[in-house]
Amino acid sequence: MLTLLGLAFLALLVLAVLGGTGRAPRIAFLGCAVAMGAMGLVGASALLGGEVPPTPLPFGPPWAPALVAVDALSAWFLLILALVGVPASLFAAASSPPPRAEGAAFPLFLAGMAAALVAADGFSMLLGFEVMSLASWGLIAARHPRGPGRRTAGLYLGFALFSGLCLIAGFALLAPAGLGFAAIRATPPEGWQAGAVLVFVLLGAGSKAGLVPFHVWLPRAHPAAATPVSALMSGAMVKVALYVMLRMLLDLAGPAQPLWWGLPLVAVGGATALLGALRANLEQDIKAALACSTLENMGLMAVGLGLALLFRGADLRPLAALALAAVLLHALNHAGFKALLFLCAGAVVGLAGSRDPDRLGGLIHRMPWVAGCAMFGAASAAALPPFSGFASEWLLLQSLIQGFRVAEMSVQLVAAAALAVTGMAVGLAAAAMVRFVGLVFLGRPRTPMAAGAQDATGLMRASLLIPAVASALLAVLAAPMLSLAGGAIQVLLGPNARPAVAGFDLALGELGTRYAPWAVAGLLALAVTILVFAVRRRSKLEAVHAPAWDCGFMAPPPHLPFGDPLSQVSAAGLGQPIRRSLGGVALVIHERHGAAAPGSAQPATLRVTAEDRGVAQLLRPLARARRRLSREAEGLRNLTLRAYLGIAFGTLLGLLSLVAWLERG
Amino acid sequence: MLQAFGSLITQLLHVALILAVAPVLVGVVRWLKARLMGRRGPHLLQPWRDILKLLRKRPVMAETASVVSQATPYLALGATALAAALIPSFAQGMLLAPLADLVLIGGLLALARVCLALNGHDAGTPFGGMGAAREMTFAVFAEPALLVCVMVLAVLAGGSNLDAIAATLREGAVGLRISLLFAALSLIAVMLAENARIPVDNPATHLELTMVHEAMLLEASGRHLAVWEMQAALKLTLWFALLAAIFIPFGTAPAGGGPLAWGIGLALWIVKMGVLALGLAFFESAIAKMRVFRVPDFLGGALLLAVLAAALIFFSMGLA
Repeated sequence: MLTLLGLAFLALLVLAVLGGTGRAPRIAFLGCAVAMGAMGLVGASALLGGEVPPTPLPFGPPWAPALVAVDALSAWFLLILALVGVPASLFAAASSPPPRAEGAAFPLFLAGMAAALVAADGFSMLLGFEVMSLASWGLIAARHPRGPGRRTAGLYLGFALFSGLCLIAGFALLAPAGLGFAAIRATPPEGWQAGAVLVFVLLGAGSKAGLVPFHVWLPRAHPAAATPVSALMSGAMVKVALYVMLRMLLDLAGPAQPLWWGLPLVAVGGATALLGALRANLEQDIKAALACSTLENMGLMAVGLGLALLFRGADLRPLAALALAAVLLHALNHAGFKALLFLCAGAVVGLAGSRDPDRLGGLIHRMPWVAGCAMFGAASAAALPPFSGFASEWLLLQSLIQGFRVAEMSVQLVAAAALAVTGMAVGLAAAAMVRFVGLVFLGRPRTPMAAGAQDATGLMRASLLIPAVASALLAVLAAPMLSLAGGAIQVLLGPNARPAVAGFDLALGELGTRYAPWAVAGLLALAVTILVFAVRRRSKLEAVHAPAWDCGFMAPPPHLPFGDPLSQVSAAGLGQPIRRSLGGVALVIHERHGAAAPGSAQPATLRVTAEDRGVAQLLRPLARARRRLSREAEGLRNLTLRAYLGIAFGTLLGLLSLVAWLERG
Repeated sequence: MLQAFGSLITQLLHVALILAVAPVLVGVVRWLKARLMGRRGPHLLQPWRDILKLLRKRPVMAETASVVSQATPYLALGATALAAALIPSFAQGMLLAPLADLVLIGGLLALARVCLALNGHDAGTPFGGMGAAREMTFAVFAEPALLVCVMVLAVLAGGSNLDAIAATLREGAVGLRISLLFAALSLIAVMLAENARIPVDNPATHLELTMVHEAMLLEASGRHLAVWEMQAALKLTLWFALLAAIFIPFGTAPAGGGPLAWGIGLALWIVKMGVLALGLAFFESAIAKMRVFRVPDFLGGALLLAVLAAALIFFSMGLA
């Protein structure tokens, strides 16, 4: 398996060179799909028992060789990477050839993610992480040579550097004895160092995963890239950040960490879930709405991770395993349906010519395949039984409900509050998915472009069907999949941990609470079949089509062939009830009413602008601070020679005293 | 063997009963409301007659409607029927009892709700989209209230399986608790919102601007409308049965009970449903409909009550 892994990496590097030349882009992307398939194969075989033990490579940093290993946790995330990587590469092969820089960065992006997952020492993991960050920055920048897209790329790069720095600091604290994972596990951090590791991992991996308050870049950067790259960023890259959190907080930091470690994760995760789901209902861009839904799902996974830490700290191992099962299964399910949704959105953008829902509509008539796949993905994302998202969110909700078993009342209250917030986020996600499907695929076309769109064909259709079929299988086979993740749970919680599985059901130990996806799907199919037969026996007349009744509105004039656009709900109108009732939680909303003077025929106007609180309260002050700093630095140009010498000597003195202090012990 | 046979029989009887009773229950509520307002009221079987009449009619679909309008009614009714099949009526320990998880029941109701909202979007008419937006917004507040109530019940029964919860509460070991009262109030508010009753929505309205549930069905006709009517009736029955199973579980036949116990359970269940219908009719006659943007406050109150119930039960756990 190590050979296959090496070959896949080698192939990706060769493909990066090939993509850089700009020749045969289709073959380059098909090659990426094959390499990703090989990665998935490595992951699957490792989950079935063929784990790769830590192996030194013949190269690496000067002090030690780089280590590579595929244990069950790495394997599970390799599977996630492959689940997104294969269809995204196929979609890229089916799209028009990208700029050359993108052809080179795409395989590097994939290779970076895979390298971060299979690394078994801190240096290689950070190297893979940084290659992933820089390559994905390149993929955004390649599409946007100037303009707001370029500024987004700059913002993204800033956050990527920040997360890299924080992770370096985290590893520096974790690894006094050496950067190999085995050495780190042998000397787990204690006291203030452990706390600092938690903070640095939360800042570093959390900002990559889009956790509040470092979420600002995500809804801008993910949709700015080309569609397959957006799918990879939303489906796989955030999962690499999740992997880093799991690896560093649960595995490397040792099992003896206290209960309160979970609390910041639960709080931040709940806030992220709520904010992401809320913004997904208000975005005026279908890809941005999907990116916000990624925020929501990452928030849910962070809540699960925090719960796992809480339960482990309270010595409730089976419940910690339950929460971790929710996290791992949801990471996989989310990869499937988010890749599917992003690729569907990409097909809509490519074939119907717009990403503004107010310029789409009624596409189910013109693009039945894309519409069908999108509805399937939306049902999974909305956590509806028996679709895939429900199984993992059921596990998460159950582990929140079981939060009452922690003996401390404060933790119980936190669990109840987190349950309320999570429930709200799930409801908002369902609303966002109804809005997405309703605006884009149902109703009347809003522009001639949308009325004349063509369906996805050939390779593009195949790239949509792969994640759709995978999601369908994941929905019914949630329990067998989860038992495959048993090894990953044991890596994190010790050899006695068991996933919450009983046969083909998801089940909570002896508590009698269970969810049987196969039974629910079967019973639902049975009920619907019986209903259709019973109803059609009594009601034999075929349906006819006629002009919409529409409460007796008159037919539109002939110059409006698709009906009056004003009489169909718009993206802003559909989000309005949620904006009015909850919008202020996450957004700074300004409404300006322009009332016409009495007697004038001018229409009254209502202008609504909404801005994320993260922008207003994090980015703006940061930008102001940077400006002030650069002004101060400018002032340094006009000092006297004496002052310059003084600064130089002062710095030298400071550094010397630092060295003296460090050498003291 | 006998036990398994009994559980299968009760399950089949339960499904038949709840499907037959659902439109009658709607008729009972309408008749009670009419009597309270001094009118004679329609026949109790009028909803059944309406459904059968609609089934005979040819469905007319909007030109812009798609296969979604044809498929969603069946999927929504199927999901609601499955949820209703999981909630015990006259007997416990039915065949599907191990599946009767309250989170799953909430999920199946969400599936039906999403089908309804998509049906509202399908024709591309203004009222359908508006109704769908409002329906999904209300659910944003109703779902967390339901989930926190589930947590309160799970504290008492150990898990969120409805059959286990009903059995725990029926044995009376839990006693009267203030947190159960709060949870009941919260669930009743959720029930009112889920079933589009006053004060959230008016089931009898013909003024389009105030509608939520009906607005999404404006373009449905013939058998599609009949299926939607049945779904609404079944959802009301399901919620009544859920409230009865949790908060008035007395007299339900135990898992292995024979026909005599089933008969007693059935008689008591009909009485419970009648009491709930009377309560709903009184409440709806006594109160006015809210403005749409007050509804989040109403449901937010329900959520707060649920959280308060949870806090109280944690407090009493700490004392015990």
